[in-house]
Amino acid sequence: MSVLFVLIIVSVIVAGGFLVAFIWSVKKGQYDDAYTPSVRMLFDDKPPAE
Amino acid sequence: MNTQASFAANMATPGTLPLHRSKPLKAEVIHCFHCGETCTGQIEFDNYAFCCDGCQFVYKLLKDNDLCNYYDLSNTPGIKVKGNYAAEKFAYLDNQEVQQKLVRFTDGKQSHVSLSLPQMHCASCVWLLENLHVLQQGIIYSKVNFNNKEIVVAFELELTSLRKVIELLSYVGYEPYISLNDSEKKRPKSISRQQFYKIGVAGFCFSNIMMLSFPEYFSSGDIQQAFLKHLFTYLNLFLSLPVFFYSASDFFISACKGLKQKWLNIDAPIALSILITFSRSVYEVVSGTGAGYFDSMSGIVLFMLVGRWFQNKTYDAFSFDRDYKSYFPLGVTRIKEQREECIPINALEKGDRILVRSNEMIPADAIVINGEGNIDYSFVSGENLPVLKRPGELIYAGAKQLSGRIELEVVKPVSQSYITQLWNNNDIFREQKNKDKSFVHPWSRYFTAILFSITAIASVYWYVVDAHKVFYALTAALIVACPCSLLLSSSFTFGNMLRHFGKSKLYLKNASVIEALARINTVVFDKTGTLTFSAKAQIDFEGKPLSDEECSLLYSVVSQSVHPLSRLLTDYLLHQHPVQALTISQFAEKAGQGMEALVNETPIRVGSFAFVKGFRKERSTSATEVWIAIDSSVRGCFFIRNQYRNGVNEMVQKLEERSYDLHVLSGDNSAEKEALQQFFGQQIPLLFHQTPQDKLEYIKHLQQTSATKRVLMLGDGLNDAGSLQQSDVGIAVAENTSQFTPACDAILDSSKVGMLDAFLQYARSGKRVVSISFTLSILYNIVGLSFALQAKLSPMVAAILMPLSSITIVTFVTIATSIAARRNGVQ
Repeated sequence: MSVLFVLIIVSVIVAGGFLVAFIWSVKKGQYDDAYTPSVRMLFDDKPPAE
Repeated sequence: MNTQASFAANMATPGTLPLHRSKPLKAEVIHCFHCGETCTGQIEFDNYAFCCDGCQFVYKLLKDNDLCNYYDLSNTPGIKVKGNYAAEKFAYLDNQEVQQKLVRFTDGKQSHVSLSLPQMHCASCVWLLENLHVLQQGIIYSKVNFNNKEIVVAFELELTSLRKVIELLSYVGYEPYISLNDSEKKRPKSISRQQFYKIGVAGFCFSNIMMLSFPEYFSSGDIQQAFLKHLFTYLNLFLSLPVFFYSASDFFISACKGLKQKWLNIDAPIALSILITFSRSVYEVVSGTGAGYFDSMSGIVLFMLVGRWFQNKTYDAFSFDRDYKSYFPLGVTRIKEQREECIPINALEKGDRILVRSNEMIPADAIVINGEGNIDYSFVSGENLPVLKRPGELIYAGAKQLSGRIELEVVKPVSQSYITQLWNNNDIFREQKNKDKSFVHPWSRYFTAILFSITAIASVYWYVVDAHKVFYALTAALIVACPCSLLLSSSFTFGNMLRHFGKSKLYLKNASVIEALARINTVVFDKTGTLTFSAKAQIDFEGKPLSDEECSLLYSVVSQSVHPLSRLLTDYLLHQHPVQALTISQFAEKAGQGMEALVNETPIRVGSFAFVKGFRKERSTSATEVWIAIDSSVRGCFFIRNQYRNGVNEMVQKLEERSYDLHVLSGDNSAEKEALQQFFGQQIPLLFHQTPQDKLEYIKHLQQTSATKRVLMLGDGLNDAGSLQQSDVGIAVAENTSQFTPACDAILDSSKVGMLDAFLQYARSGKRVVSISFTLSILYNIVGLSFALQAKLSPMVAAILMPLSSITIVTFVTIATSIAARRNGVQ
């Protein structure tokens, strides 16, 4: 039964890790603008000048 | 930095360059490489055609800086450069006080400013705007938020200034929208983030409590190891604390606010239900009598938070609450002791002398002192044609000076000007409008009343039969009969409808506008700009037909003027004939009368009947006329009539069939009376020469004569602002939704005016969907109550019943609103 005990603690910690990650991402402003990054990632870097 | 210097040199010149020499005629339609507008193809650069010098300069600037990627990302992404803005236009940005208002952060070396750029429309815009640092030294970075049409620019104060940054943006076509109003109150970002935190926490706790409850459910409440059982229930209790104290806090706050005002809102029974579920569960765990209903409680909270977020999706790029301040410039040029100085608009006092340049707005009611005012009142009165104002005459705030500089003396402070008064009158009314109660509230009241009486009867019954079970039956009934499904059904229905409306280009301020739309039975239209195109007209020529060469002569003359009629004619000639611009040797424009010019040695006169023919006309016709004379002989007349928007006729017919009460108010003259009567029939009230105040009073009168009248006002521009406020639902029609619209409840793209009927029907069907889903949720409640009143509600039954009812209701309303949307022709 001690296995179960360890598993529960691990599962809550893992889930808590995801919650922290989520809160961090909101704090960093990832939810402020859900559209522009999808456009931005399509821009190519300028080719090096000849 | 050579390009910097050339940019600065170009800046002052757009629009003032000499006309280009003629080029051979081209038959096909040529589009400007920068902005995509049709043009004559006379301005060529790098083998591309441009419509104006402004566009060509921007192209050159981008090319010099190796930013031509702009043109690869989308076709003709540019914004037509509006041309000659005065070099001093942004001088007020050097004023410290103004800077403080606009700049978000500064440490003396670096400043961050957040600006609204409504012109932003494609991927190319994002790309160019994020490459501003290439164009101007001193800009550290710029970051775009496309949905909000905002840009954040960080720049070094040593190398550049706020004014230079804004001048650069305006130069490339993205003139920031700067207003007193928006700079005064910044929207706090933290509120929307709070919402995500709450959903995240509730989701985390809900899923973990659910998992930890499984052993309890599957072993039918009979876990072998007492220790594990305790561990699970205490963990659940621990996990439910953040849900109860943090995620659900909004419901408690809102319920308390309602109770303080002696008003039982829909959050009150929900808060009560959450409170009872939580306390009974805590009691069960502590006393060791059960596992509690923590999973049901956190589930409810999660679902309701998601529903609220879904419903509150707003159109951040639009502003629905603009008042007069948003329209006025931030800075004004004052003349004091022979010197021009730039001051913030609030510093303007009665008796000040101010200078207004062409294309600038008059900030306060003022008297002309020097110069001739060529005043466009379309914004204030709806009147199409500009008026001439001579020294000594009064000009109202909100009017626009079309050409030339004028000196004015302010007679009233900005806040007491004629047009701003309309807003101030309405402050009291605006509050009342918001108080208009949702029809969900009475439902929840009945619901709560019935629920309380049922539980009271059941408690009495159990008290007689088995006194021990009173507590269980009572609390279980309150847990299971939470009106959360009522709230869920309305928030998901309205949230989904907001999206459907948005896809059809009707942008609503919030969900309560849908309910107000469903109640509308009277529709009042503004004419100019709403039913008709404001910048397009039906033009017919009568007289001796004009040759291509003569058209070119005319085109050369009319393209010189900024008068609205000249613009219409310029556009018409450009599209109808292969024209070219010719050299003009003499040109004179008499405001309010017409133009005289010498083109290719040919004298041309364009203007009113009296101006061209030399004597007054006896009778007036129904259309606006522009007469022309070429080489001293009168050739004929252009009749310019309003052009009605597509679908207006059908829309009006459908509304009449459904017996809506229709009215038309116009600030314009009665020239269009006959055409309007064809659309609306003879009985409909058509009122002309309406001032903004008249329109407001008319709507007030309609509302007062009958208590059942719910008035929808459809209008555009500042002249309708008062009536949009006064009406039950004010819809602002915008040619281009990025333009500035007056304060209103909804913004409608002008191409969709013909769909008004469909929108109203859809709003009505939304109300039906909510009613059906209420019935559905009440059925679920009856099932739940039957368990609860027998004191048999186990946590497992609650845990199955609650999510199940929520999910069925959400699915039902989503499908039903989509079907209703398709049936009504809304996307």
